[in-house]
Amino acid sequence: MDFSLAGNWVFLVLAVVITAAAMYTVSTRNVVHAALALVTTMATAAAIVIMLGGEFVGWVIVLVYIGAVVVLFLFGIMITRAQVGKATALDHEGNVRVMAAVVAGLMFAAITYGIVELFGDAQLPEEGVVRTVDIADSMFGRFVIPFEAVSFVLLAALIGGIVLARRDEER
Amino acid sequence: MIVVLAIGFWAGLALKIGIMAAIVPVVALPIIFAELKLSAHMQHRIGPYFAGGRYGWAQPLADGLKFFQKEDLVPDAADKMVYKLAPYLVLGAAMAVFVVIPFGPDLIGRDLDLGVFYALAISSISTIGVLIAGWSSGNKYSLIGGLRAAAQLIAYELPLFLAVVGVVIQAQTMSMIGIIDAQAEYQLFGLEIAGNAIAIPYVFPQFIGFVIFYIAALAELSRTPFDMPIAESELVMGYLTEYSGFRFAVFFIGEYIGIFTMSAIMATLWLGGYDPLFFDLSGLNDIAANAIGALVLFGKVAILVFLMIWMRWTFPRFREDQLQDLAWRILIPLGLANIAVTAFFKVVF
Repeated sequence: MDFSLAGNWVFLVLAVVITAAAMYTVSTRNVVHAALALVTTMATAAAIVIMLGGEFVGWVIVLVYIGAVVVLFLFGIMITRAQVGKATALDHEGNVRVMAAVVAGLMFAAITYGIVELFGDAQLPEEGVVRTVDIADSMFGRFVIPFEAVSFVLLAALIGGIVLARRDEER
Repeated sequence: MIVVLAIGFWAGLALKIGIMAAIVPVVALPIIFAELKLSAHMQHRIGPYFAGGRYGWAQPLADGLKFFQKEDLVPDAADKMVYKLAPYLVLGAAMAVFVVIPFGPDLIGRDLDLGVFYALAISSISTIGVLIAGWSSGNKYSLIGGLRAAAQLIAYELPLFLAVVGVVIQAQTMSMIGIIDAQAEYQLFGLEIAGNAIAIPYVFPQFIGFVIFYIAALAELSRTPFDMPIAESELVMGYLTEYSGFRFAVFFIGEYIGIFTMSAIMATLWLGGYDPLFFDLSGLNDIAANAIGALVLFGKVAILVFLMIWMRWTFPRFREDQLQDLAWRILIPLGLANIAVTAFFKVVF
């Protein structure tokens, strides 16, 4: 690694932070702390994506995952079980830690293998920021049918969720 | 890639951060003073009078000093680490928006391609700060206040975005400078208006979007009539109940910074930003354009802030269910209709 490049130093810091935050997310016994560590993980992931020039995707991660999904997590946790200062038993029974470690290790190996195979030591082009206009053009041009299909599936899931959750008053 | 020892880059970055840090109190204190003084006059009071010699102009500074010398209290039942972190999340999220606010053609932290999207995404982080502030205080009023705030912020984020989409479609860009330039094009949907002599700010074609954004911004900022999260008569002070001294001051400044940045976004998206209404600054040289541009933007922000303070003493507080009704049944459908109509005009003309 070339330590004269600022980008490498930034990546190093981000990598340390994201690893620590991810470990804390799964190891802490306090659900709210876990959610906050998840926020840190997401924010760092967004920062890494932005470093790779994916500005739009990076800020979508911030908006959707930090601004909405984790807020909903926290919301749900707070109206149900989280009491200040109390640790809840979050582990399942049995030897799940080993299984979790194995699954995590396999995932890591698979992703690392995939990335190295695909990209090798390819370099990002200078001025590598992907313009939002280009994303919009490809999303609503070349990929418009997959895009519509995905939104249809999401809509179906949403309606299904409402149907399952809704309790009509009995007459 | 930037080389570590590129002094110019780091010096420029430090300079920008320094200027931003200096701007924060400069914009927050006048708004706090305006709130004190305007509220007083609207209630037939005099308001602050003695601090600073005349008109009580130094009242916000005196309040700030008072906050600093108070004891640093952390409740025994609180989750100490989270409790201490929360105010900085709120203030940090509010301050980060300054990066994309254009004070003049060159006076912008960074003209991001994503501009307004970035501003709304980063400011959504403050929801987490409010929520964990309510939870970590270890006080039921705080918790209820935090939950109310979170429900409100989530509900009103949607109309906020939908209102912006109309502008983005019309301007065909999300960059703040790009949106200002699009408003200075002396045409509307490619049509000739008034002989192309005046630039039309988007408040006219996008009036519905402007109103939606204004209402949603009031709710996002927890301003009256949407101040249920800190409803004094029900919840003491909501998620702020346990905060005092310096940490309360951080929340307080964050709130007023939020008012400024929201108003600045509105001024940029709908009122033409640093361009004076109906004209643009292209005829001036750089220094004059930036100086006048900054003054024009501050003027527009001042008008919008005045409106917010006026609303506070005009409307009573909503009920929680009325708030959700307004967001989901009125603002969101209206926002979607606005997008559809804008897209129709954009494609047809």
